Amino acid sequence: MSQDYRLDNIGMVNRNKKISFTFNGKKYFGYEGDTIASALIANGVHLVGRSFKYHRPRGFFGVGVDEPYAILQLERNNERDPNIRATEQEIFEGLEVKSVNCWPSVNFDIGAINNFLKMFFPAGFYYKTFMWPPSFWYKIYEPFIRMAAGFGEASIKHDKERYEHKYEYCDLLITGSGPSGLASAYAAAKNGARVILAEDKPRYGGSLLTSDVNIGNQTGAEWSEKIITELKSMSNVIVKNRSQVFGYYDHNMLVMSERISDHLPKTQKYLPKQRLWYIRAKEVLISSGSIERPLVFGNNDTPGVMLSSAAKEYIKVYGVLVGKKPLIFTNNDSGYETAIEFKKNGVNPLILDTRKEPSSDIITEAKNLGIEIKYSYVVVAAKGYKKVKSADIAKISDNKKDLSNIENIECDCICVSGFWTPSIHLASQSGNKSEFNEKIDAFIPKKSKQKENTIGSANGKFTLEETINEAFNKGYEVSNKITENNNKVSIPTVVEKKSTEHDKFWCVPLPKGKSYKRFLDFQNDVAVTDIELALREGFRSIEHVKRYTTLGMATDQGKTSNLNGLQLVSDIENKVVPQVGHTTFRPPYTPVSIGAIVGREVGKHSKPTRKSPMHQWHEKNNAVFVDAGVWLRPRYYKQGNETLFEASKREAKNVRKNVGVCDVTTLGKIDVKGPDAAEFLNRVYTNAWLKLPVGKARYGVMLREDGIVMDDGTTTRISENHYHMTTTTAQAANVLSHLEYYLQLVWPELNVNVVSTTEQWAGAAIAGPNSRALLMKLFPNTDVSNEALPFMGYKEADLFGIPAKIYRISFSGELAYEVNVESDYGNFMWEKIIEVGKEFQIQPYGTEALSTLRIEMGHVAGSELDGRTIPYDASLEGLVSKKKDFIGKRSLSRSAFTKPDREKIVGVVPLDKTTSIPEGSYIVKDPKAKLPNPKLGHVSASCWSVEYDNPFSLAIIKDGKNMIGQKLFAMSPLKNKTIPVEIVSSHYVDPEGKRVRA
Amino acid sequence: MLYIFCPHCGSRSQNEFAYGGDATVKRPELNKEISDQDWDNFVYLRKSPRGKHLELWHHISGCRQWIKVERDTSTHEIFKTYKADELTE
Repeated sequence: MSQDYRLDNIGMVNRNKKISFTFNGKKYFGYEGDTIASALIANGVHLVGRSFKYHRPRGFFGVGVDEPYAILQLERNNERDPNIRATEQEIFEGLEVKSVNCWPSVNFDIGAINNFLKMFFPAGFYYKTFMWPPSFWYKIYEPFIRMAAGFGEASIKHDKERYEHKYEYCDLLITGSGPSGLASAYAAAKNGARVILAEDKPRYGGSLLTSDVNIGNQTGAEWSEKIITELKSMSNVIVKNRSQVFGYYDHNMLVMSERISDHLPKTQKYLPKQRLWYIRAKEVLISSGSIERPLVFGNNDTPGVMLSSAAKEYIKVYGVLVGKKPLIFTNNDSGYETAIEFKKNGVNPLILDTRKEPSSDIITEAKNLGIEIKYSYVVVAAKGYKKVKSADIAKISDNKKDLSNIENIECDCICVSGFWTPSIHLASQSGNKSEFNEKIDAFIPKKSKQKENTIGSANGKFTLEETINEAFNKGYEVSNKITENNNKVSIPTVVEKKSTEHDKFWCVPLPKGKSYKRFLDFQNDVAVTDIELALREGFRSIEHVKRYTTLGMATDQGKTSNLNGLQLVSDIENKVVPQVGHTTFRPPYTPVSIGAIVGREVGKHSKPTRKSPMHQWHEKNNAVFVDAGVWLRPRYYKQGNETLFEASKREAKNVRKNVGVCDVTTLGKIDVKGPDAAEFLNRVYTNAWLKLPVGKARYGVMLREDGIVMDDGTTTRISENHYHMTTTTAQAANVLSHLEYYLQLVWPELNVNVVSTTEQWAGAAIAGPNSRALLMKLFPNTDVSNEALPFMGYKEADLFGIPAKIYRISFSGELAYEVNVESDYGNFMWEKIIEVGKEFQIQPYGTEALSTLRIEMGHVAGSELDGRTIPYDASLEGLVSKKKDFIGKRSLSRSAFTKPDREKIVGVVPLDKTTSIPEGSYIVKDPKAKLPNPKLGHVSASCWSVEYDNPFSLAIIKDGKNMIGQKLFAMSPLKNKTIPVEIVSSHYVDPEGKRVRA
Repeated sequence: MLYIFCPHCGSRSQNEFAYGGDATVKRPELNKEISDQDWDNFVYLRKSPRGKHLELWHHISGCRQWIKVERDTSTHEIFKTYKADELTE
């Protein structure tokens, strides 16, 4: 069980806890605190995947979020999770991971043939190849490309894990717990600010964990441990690890994803898997650090080539050697720190420094340790296919153009350091325009439009002393602005080794006669030649070059590739980097799981479910429910083995023959009160409202300003200055906003108030020829005769001791009443109606029967008032006043709305009286006409007429007025049906409206 | 997500509000003759300025008041918010 590459006396993993896991089916072990990457490297495994385009072998390049290669597919608790970075995912007992983008295996990958077909995959290949012949696209090219594309496979099962959202407010959010994050958090927290400190890794401390420094007489790791312990104990501080702030949005809203259970074999009972934090911060300090830049040379994507800082972190944090014969290739002092760590742990590195004669503390230390250093030397190309075996190295001329003394030396890893790139992603997302800093050859944030500051190496400060001083001061300054406290903590002294300037050199020229691939973007296989080609083809804007070559795209977001890409473009274009500019950074900084974004809003929780007070009765009586907006309404009440069709027919028939009761609680209800209420309604509705007497209801139609019907419903004058308005279920909220708009902004002089009372009233529609007889029994003390309570009448009455309101209104076209009681009495009312109604053969009816009844009566509803119709189209022009002005009236005189052949609602009956017409069918004159067949209109609603026992539909068709009696065709291409039909009046049943007035 | 100061309730997240469009549009008076062109302009024509813009927001999940918000359409900076009856000239 020995691990060949594990060091015994160094690292922060828990040696007392061994953990076994499988990678591509093979069992390995690591220690608690290992990532998949560190555990595999400890076991000598470097080949973990294949690259995106050429399927070249892929190993590890980084040690955290910067990792462009090692993306794996994870199985945990029977769930599949793609897009896992091996450098971030901690191992746990039983973890199973496998490689992606390779088939049949990572060792023998057929797709690797792409590597030999490079000429078919140049930059922008998807615009050029696979184009001809066109018929090949669907059957051959696309399936092939689809199979080849993507990192991993998402699970298609329902995700059983729980994800949560959390909203938090703070004075100061600090992103990253490196030296600047810790120092500023400490200073601000001590000054009384409410601080959130977020760290994406499991361990706090950032670079302090790996650098050989001293703060206040403690090592970096000790100091960070001390600070974090104290911060955790403070009540005004929230400290979170495994938490990535990935997006900076408007008005200082930042979003952070906290991986609570991803490192555990199973999510704990009362914890979510991940939690998404929406943090509104008064101020933000971005201390996201910097990422080491690669150097570009031949085959620099071979497994075993990695960032020198990563190699150092594997040693210091995980006690793992990335190789035993390391070659360090550097243009600055950082490579030396890594070399020193190797040396201290018994491994002899060779340093190739591109600089000619650099000198600094660190270089001296390396020399004193006896480390072999070659100056003005470069790696020309890595050798080895699945793992670095050797390297061609060469001396480079002073002008960095010519190579000489090319030789091959043995090595098993190449640690590269091309200096540091500040992580300015979050700052850039906040709207901060960055500026190019010549000294560090990278962009740093400038002034932001939002309340944020970037500190530490993310701001281009690369010495610890500078960073610590800046962070302490910034933490104090920002907290002082918010808390107005003056508690300044003393800044500890910092001891660090001085380093010297880096070399601007970054890309090794090709030796004569060689055509090594030199990669810039490791995740998307973008090589130097691809960028050169894109520029030759005329792409100039860096945004275009990015999209054409895919440089800096995908999950990696150019963390390691961005600057080298820009550098290359500037070199070719003879510009300087700031002239080229950089592409826009967009959230998320690292991939975020869809589950975390969705949170708890899944399934039934994705929207509220509203139920009427009679819901339980419906459930008990076999109601089958349907979603009506956010409401659940009974669609029909199932008896025995009835189908929807049979049940709705039975229910509707019973209304026409006896009496039925329907739950209409969901109708929108708005109380309109005030001395100017009548005047207000008169402006809102198209018909006249000033003369409606108390105790009477009126049907009204309201328009939008563009003349389109917005909603309809009845409004009842309860008392002199009090009206009860009803709206359709779907439009209730919009109508209220509409009324508030006019009252608050357009006519504030009107003394009127509106308030929603939808939930305050439970409603039951009692409809059918027996309804009055039933009402007489329900309200024995109230006169409900036709004279006392005529059509559109209103009465308050007593329902077995409960105050009730009776509106004589009808949607079904039958003699009908709507009874309202306070919601709490809704169930009581309903049960009484059913109980008393028994002798009158009462049956409850659902929305399907309700639709049948209204359709054959020609009453319009949402399917006709669909946001495209004016009153005329729905045959509501009789309700449009010619005398007064109202909302939307002026639009009705626009030429399109006054055309003589304007669409109008009609009835449609199939000639065979048996074939139902699908809703949405077109009405056409000639079903065989040349396509596109001119369409006269569409079928808006269909039902089975219970009155005539044949199908009946409503349609809105051109010149509908003059089409009555015509024989036309209803065509449904979707259902592949053509049905000969006759156009009839939309008022199919009781056109004179005798029943409602009976 | 914007953070909008409601003059009635204080600072609240954008998800409590509904956007209501240009606050400078004035509805033509009732019962007044108006040309097709002017009416069409009122119903359909809106400016889409880059920069400062006075717009309506409805505090729909709060106090249900319509408010006026002076916002920069490119940076989302909010300069000031007003009650419905303010800035009516």
